Amino acid sequence: MTVLRIPTPLRAYTGGKSEVIVSGAYVLDTLTDLTSQYPAIKPHLFNESGELRPFVNLFVGESNIKDLQGVETPIKDGDRLMLIPSVAGGAYPHPSLLPKGEGTQTPFSFREKGRG
Amino acid sequence: MNMLKISNELIQRINTHVREAYPEEGAGFLLGADGEVRDVLPLPNAREDEARHNRFLITPEDYLKAEMKAAEIGVDLIGVFHSHPDSPNIPSEYDREWAQPFFSYIITRVDDGQVVSHRSWRLTEDRAKYNEEEIVFSSSQ
Repeated sequence: MTVLRIPTPLRAYTGGKSEVIVSGAYVLDTLTDLTSQYPAIKPHLFNESGELRPFVNLFVGESNIKDLQGVETPIKDGDRLMLIPSVAGGAYPHPSLLPKGEGTQTPFSFREKGRG
Repeated sequence: MNMLKISNELIQRINTHVREAYPEEGAGFLLGADGEVRDVLPLPNAREDEARHNRFLITPEDYLKAEMKAAEIGVDLIGVFHSHPDSPNIPSEYDREWAQPFFSYIITRVDDGQVVSHRSWRLTEDRAKYNEEEIVFSSSQ
């Protein structure tokens, strides 16, 4: 059994819990257990191809799994897992800065020209 | 339409941070409860130098600090603010890919170093699009 800390915006999918108990021998197993307990959280952790979304960071103790063995990192009994998002975003590059022929993509859901 | 309430004092703190960050993007967290911002936490942009003009990144370490600060004052993280230098304050596809559900995203347009306007957005739960929410400015916290 492992304690997994849930970040604020995802607690709506864990019944408001900031920590949940998960089981599994590897990080991926614990995530599978998490999404089986709380299916609605899955689209916010994994993309349509089943890969972890880019903002998802998992820490085993104080170590980011990106510096360990990724989702294949083994979990020892008593380890503490933390799910912490990187928060990112930004404007669309201005068309004048893009190579010729690019820059026709519009900002998300909008037709306004320029950056989004 | 959802509403997000924020005091003029806190908006001024956002304005100061994004003006200082210009021509790069500035960002930070919104701390609060029940659709009302009670504090803001400006943070450094962790993206590399050449990307900061149109990208921002808050590290997981800074995220954790922000959650702890929110807990200290008895509120939650309720959103993120960031600027779009010299560009519309509407979410980009990149914004959508990195967005968190239930967070309010205030985007501030900064043209030539001057704040033009603020708009706030929320990702829909299916992650398909953003809905705009009304920002209600108040004279005090």
